[in-house]
Amino acid sequence: MAKILLEMKNITKTFPGVKALDNVNLKVEEGEIHALVGENGAGKSTLMNVLSGIYPYGTYEGDIVYNGEVCQFNKIKDSEEKGIVIIHQELALVPYMSIGENMFLGNERGKSAAIDWNETYGEADKYLKMVGLSESSKVLVKDIGTGKQQLVEIAKALAKHAKLLILDEPTSSLNEKDSQALLDLMLKFKKEGMTSIIISHKLNEVAYVADKITVIRDGSTIETMDKHTTEISEDRIIKGMVGREITDRFPKRHDVKIGDVNMEVKNWTVHHPLYPERKVCDNVSIKVRKGEVIGVSGLMGAGRTELAMSIFGQSYGTNISGQLFLDGKEVQLKNVKQAIKNKLAYVTEDRKGNGLVLTNPIKINTTLANLDSISPHKIIDKDKEYQVAEEYRKKLKTKCSTVEQNVGNLSGGNQQKVLLAKWMFADPDVLILDEPTRGIDVGAKYEIYCIINDLVAAGKSVVMISSELPEVLGMSDRIYVMNEGRIAGELSAEEASQEKIMSIIVNSGKGA
Amino acid sequence: MNKTVDILRKHTMKIILVLIVIFFSVTTKGQMFAPSSFQALIAQNAYVFVLATGMLMCMLTGGNIDLSVGSFVCFVGAIGGMLMVKAQMSVPAAMLLMIGAGVIYGIVEGFLIAYLNIPPWIATLAGYLAFRGWGTALIGGSSIAPMPESFTKMFNGSVPDFFGGSSMNITCLVVGVIVCVVFVLLQIKGRNDKVKKGYETESMTGVIVRCVLVCAVILLFAYKLAQANGIPNNLIWVAVIVMIYSFITEKTTVGRYFYTIGGNVEATRLSGIDTKKIFFLAYLNMAVLTVISAWMTMARLSAATATAGNNYEMDAISACVVGGVSAYGGSGTVFGMVIGAALIGVINLGMSLMGIDANWQMVVKGMVLLAAVVFEILNNKDKTKE
Repeated sequence: MAKILLEMKNITKTFPGVKALDNVNLKVEEGEIHALVGENGAGKSTLMNVLSGIYPYGTYEGDIVYNGEVCQFNKIKDSEEKGIVIIHQELALVPYMSIGENMFLGNERGKSAAIDWNETYGEADKYLKMVGLSESSKVLVKDIGTGKQQLVEIAKALAKHAKLLILDEPTSSLNEKDSQALLDLMLKFKKEGMTSIIISHKLNEVAYVADKITVIRDGSTIETMDKHTTEISEDRIIKGMVGREITDRFPKRHDVKIGDVNMEVKNWTVHHPLYPERKVCDNVSIKVRKGEVIGVSGLMGAGRTELAMSIFGQSYGTNISGQLFLDGKEVQLKNVKQAIKNKLAYVTEDRKGNGLVLTNPIKINTTLANLDSISPHKIIDKDKEYQVAEEYRKKLKTKCSTVEQNVGNLSGGNQQKVLLAKWMFADPDVLILDEPTRGIDVGAKYEIYCIINDLVAAGKSVVMISSELPEVLGMSDRIYVMNEGRIAGELSAEEASQEKIMSIIVNSGKGA
Repeated sequence: MNKTVDILRKHTMKIILVLIVIFFSVTTKGQMFAPSSFQALIAQNAYVFVLATGMLMCMLTGGNIDLSVGSFVCFVGAIGGMLMVKAQMSVPAAMLLMIGAGVIYGIVEGFLIAYLNIPPWIATLAGYLAFRGWGTALIGGSSIAPMPESFTKMFNGSVPDFFGGSSMNITCLVVGVIVCVVFVLLQIKGRNDKVKKGYETESMTGVIVRCVLVCAVILLFAYKLAQANGIPNNLIWVAVIVMIYSFITEKTTVGRYFYTIGGNVEATRLSGIDTKKIFFLAYLNMAVLTVISAWMTMARLSAATATAGNNYEMDAISACVVGGVSAYGGSGTVFGMVIGAALIGVINLGMSLMGIDANWQMVVKGMVLLAAVVFEILNNKDKTKE
């Protein structure tokens, strides 16, 4: 048996009123990839914050034994000096600085009074090569894609001489291809002796990359599975996470009648708002019927979000051309208000950035898109508002103390439910859901799928944009595959498979 | 224990206000409670309440401020002085033209900020410089005076006593009692409504304590003002404006959008709300309220002067910040702002009564402002930790 690099013993961390971690034990062997899985709010991130010294020694109970010695970290710098480096889910890079500057931020090369730029960029290039990036370290971070930014983060960690690398949801904003590359990079590092901990919601990735999987549920460690001694399947992990067996990750739709075409987009072309010569969507034609869920699949940057937002009252893009038919009639939607009036809804992929007002209560968020309907003479009927918020809280099973609670204090899954409630209350016929289950746990995902099924059962149409192929395959009646702003293919639910979708993307890329 | 902390935290500013009043009544040997002090408090601070109301609406949209209000008070005053004194125009016509000037400026300012995306502090900095210069140039010397009496009385005068009391203004007392009764009735009705619909309600003791305290303050004011000249007209202006804006911010859809924009502009825009229009309205509204506070200033001095409105923008911003309006936007109430403005007003008055040098008064005000912000941030930090 290999040496134990890290052992966290009986870690208990209490916040006022909540026990976030309860007697957690974690053992990580040197040179392995160890995955931490669990639902949102299970305590994974808290555990990693304890490990990295964000919660300093003394604010928790239990011991951290690293490399044979008990550690007492007071700040992040302490843990980094020992070689424990965390890469957080939200990237912490400064967009208007170069890759090299970012990489040595707080860790500058040269003398204390003067930075040695030659050494900075020379070293940076060396680490970039290790993670397989060919960009010069002088390129600004804002000019490279998220996939590459993630790699820069890893190079930055290497520059700190990381011995234990912790990745928190590293692929949550990456497409399938970049995710795969990242996972392979992790495997490469493992061969070179690096120890890693990965936190992820994507179980297929965990099963692919990890040697051991520790399941955390409600602040306690449930079990640790060893890939080399036991058979690990996704269903097995899910069972550990939610404490029950989800026999079907996607709820079945029963006898939903698919009716007439509800929304049709013809020859839709959208130009980039800053570079008007660039086409973001090129001659796109799609349609969705009543009672139908269509999936829109594609890589990041394929133009899916841009398509949706340009349809939704031209909230993105310039020089938009093409025709839009709603319920058989051609409409011109000049702004979001008109789009909502014509019974269209767009549920954003970025719920924190442009979906919810985090500092406001659930009830205010729920009614925001349709406030006029409960406001005779523009005066808000607060009783009605409360009732509406309560109704949707019950209908969507949102977990909160009251609807007066601020949305910012809810977990990701519950925030997503509030966002859905807001758009359901706007009473649309066609809902465009952009990454409706991003960053939320398995149990909440299932509930969101049920909500989608209820929507189409009520005769609405759902356009679901998603980067998770199993979800697209599991939920859609029909699938459009987008690539580089164009519709690269259309598949029925029966003929679609992960391989087919990927091959459409790859082949259309070659053709261009 | 926890409940006490909660109550203290919720009412900190009010408690501080009371403590400061007590402090000054001791240091001034009771002068603080003289009827003339009550009158002075209102006369000297009426403009702050009006400007801070406008500033609150700007700040709600995301911590945006208007630096030009003080200079605009001077400029509009100059116009008013020229029309009323030099051109001998009738008072209502002159006031209408002043409002017109405010609307024009508000439209220009609103357009620059909302539709051309010029950062508010830069757009209004231009107004700060330009209107001070323009106003001073129009006035020519140091002031245009005196203002017609029919104009100054609208603000400086008081409501006549309909009952003809000799040593006391009985109307003032009656109005005080009526306001108390209405307040108590509204509180009881509000609670009963909630009970009827089965919503969460506060304890009956809480309601009673609030009623007793609020009524005590109202009656104290009524009694003291009755001993002076009765209800000042300025107070009526302020009360009406405060009530209108409380209603707008709490009950109307437009008011709601000011808050949600401050919380998240993009989310509000993608909910079908014309966010640019709200920014525009914030600055248009600010300019109109600035004209009202210019009237108050002119009436008090009975003149349009080149130094009128000096630092008024800072007074308004301070009142908002001390009153708990977030410097980042999205939160703050009209009532909080009123407490903040009152706090600053009391400090000003108290220090003047004590005979403290004006320069040191500014030092103290600066410290109070800083303390309020630090307190606010620490308070919020505690809340998020829970």
